[in-house]
Amino acid sequence: MKARSRVLLGLDVVTLLVMAAATYMVFIYAPVERTMGLVQKVFYFHVAAGWTGMLGFLAAVVAGIAYLATRKSSWDLVGLGAIEIGLVFALINIITGSIWARPIWNTWWTWDPRLTTATIMELVYAAYLMLRQGIEDPERRARFGAVYAIVGFISVPLTFFSIRIYRTIHPVVIGGGDPTVSGSFSMTPAMGATFGVALVAFSFLFASLLWHRIRLGQLGAQVEQLKLKLMH
Amino acid sequence: MADDALIVVSNLVKRFGPKVVLRGLEFTVKPGEFVALLGPNGAGKTTFLRILSSLSSPTLGRVRVAGHELPRQAAAVRQRLGVVSHLPLLYGDLTAEENLRFYGRMYGVAALERRITEVLALVGLAPRRRDLVRTFSRGMQQRLAIGRAIIHDPEVLLLDEPHTGLDQDACDMLDQILTQVAARGRTVVMTSHDLTRVEDLASRFDVLTRGSIRATTSRQDMPRDGLLAFYRRSLEAAKTDPGAAQ
Amino acid sequence: MSAFLRAMGAVVWKDLAAELRSRELISSMLVFALLVILIFNFALELDASARANVTSGVLWVTFVFAGTLGLNRSLAIEKDRGCLDGLLLAPVDRTAIYFGKAAANLVFILVVAAIVLPVYSVLYNTNLFAQPGVLLVILLGAEGYTAVGTLLATMAVQTRTRDILLPILLFPVVIPVLVAAVKATSGYLQALPLDEIRPWLNLLVTYDLVFTAAAFMVFEYVVEE
Repeated sequence: MKARSRVLLGLDVVTLLVMAAATYMVFIYAPVERTMGLVQKVFYFHVAAGWTGMLGFLAAVVAGIAYLATRKSSWDLVGLGAIEIGLVFALINIITGSIWARPIWNTWWTWDPRLTTATIMELVYAAYLMLRQGIEDPERRARFGAVYAIVGFISVPLTFFSIRIYRTIHPVVIGGGDPTVSGSFSMTPAMGATFGVALVAFSFLFASLLWHRIRLGQLGAQVEQLKLKLMH
Repeated sequence: MADDALIVVSNLVKRFGPKVVLRGLEFTVKPGEFVALLGPNGAGKTTFLRILSSLSSPTLGRVRVAGHELPRQAAAVRQRLGVVSHLPLLYGDLTAEENLRFYGRMYGVAALERRITEVLALVGLAPRRRDLVRTFSRGMQQRLAIGRAIIHDPEVLLLDEPHTGLDQDACDMLDQILTQVAARGRTVVMTSHDLTRVEDLASRFDVLTRGSIRATTSRQDMPRDGLLAFYRRSLEAAKTDPGAAQ
Repeated sequence: MSAFLRAMGAVVWKDLAAELRSRELISSMLVFALLVILIFNFALELDASARANVTSGVLWVTFVFAGTLGLNRSLAIEKDRGCLDGLLLAPVDRTAIYFGKAAANLVFILVVAAIVLPVYSVLYNTNLFAQPGVLLVILLGAEGYTAVGTLLATMAVQTRTRDILLPILLFPVVIPVLVAAVKATSGYLQALPLDEIRPWLNLLVTYDLVFTAAAFMVFEYVVEE
């Protein structure tokens, strides 16, 4: 337990340092984009937050499958924590996207496949939390949560494709895109480096938050157990 | 001893989250026994019966029914098991015989129509076979529920408080049916919180309280008028037992 | 395999026999569906000239809403009198129970659709049967919808908040079905070339396959304790 908390402290420190580095690079190091100006800087944390959200939802599926296979309640904690964190970062992703879209697309919101899918994804995982709230028995809560995390995750790509068949105006920066799409740009090496560091920083942030969340859940379970002992 | 036993449960533990419901329960039933599981509400009787009937899996411990391990060989156990719970497990919009026909198909019963007639006669519902179950009284539903549970002629019959909500006449009729089932050499395990309900039926009495079996006695060892005292004594003893207070 | 089909057949037969007698599931779905159409009539001013994609949107929203009503009821019947336990006590594969329930639910939705379509045609003086492709889309869409719906309704009825939970769980994951079915239906109604409809049909088939397979694999976990 002690060794683990020391590793966790180390992780926290590293996370703090990379986050600081990423923030520095975004605001000072990376050049200002020519046509969009300062608002383009939203891009780094916008994509990194979206990345973290997907990381959370992916981790929840893995944890869900692991839970159904092993029935170990620790996997349920991992799944729940990953989805809670994923929800927050997916929301940050949507909000930062809106901030960027206002000056560039001249609207806060558009029914573009990625935006729409991101929003539906938020609803899927909000439903996940409501499902859990409706179940008393922790074993059943974990089981149903795992099943819904899997079903919800499978639906995401299909939702995306269903909306994709409508025309998209969302820029595809990575993997080359259509330069005529409003708001697309090509990255300079400095921008690429900043982007990379932001991704790494958010991944660290995710790992550290998830670990804290799991620890919190374990402590909560211990408190429950002690309470029950006192009552008898 | 364990070789000829039909039900063997050893060191059974069941937890719901932090709550421990069954703590190291030991239980053995020989073929042909009629065991009454006595205990107050919340003692873990229903949980124990759900585990025996393969509806819930044990947290720890071994459960063997009719030579098969639970929960691994659940399908084989289910084929040899009939269960009556305090809910009827019947469809109100189907007739008595349709309910039996449905469950008979689920169990793959051979010569089903003849078996349905036989079972309906046994539970005294032959005249009502074409009536909707939703028009049945609670007592009739419970009799049909027993018919449903024995449609595939199981070796073991498990009953969870089958007398709940029945009036005196219905209880007497239920007891008659159970006596007939037991007389055919079937093994029966029945829970009850009320000793008077089972004292004439069972051949063995186990007291389950605070998640384990605290005492056991049989009809041979205990005169009928001594049973109530035995039951009270066992409950008292469990209250002061330090092993239970955790 | 024959034991699997026998059990699945028994569940379907049981559901249809009970429904034939009570008619409570289909009649409530049907009345609800007609009410939804009525409400849309005033909300959107539907008329003969209403565009084909409005028609298909109204139809699919109607099916999806009425469908949750039916799914909830179909599984609540199993839960309320302990019948779900009765099914689980039988020595049959759990997925046979799932496919039996899903097949019965599919039949119920198709029956509702079979009544709603002519009624809608009469009310708005159009012929929804002119394009047989519409029927194909309804079959594909209803299959995907009931495949996920039966799985999620089985979970929902086992929760404390079951009356409100099913649509919340179900709607966000059936959006692909809804989008594809609406677009494909309106494509057929506008007599678009098959090339423009095919992507939507492909999506529907993919959804049906993926979710039927997924439900097949996880159903055991929503009923086994």
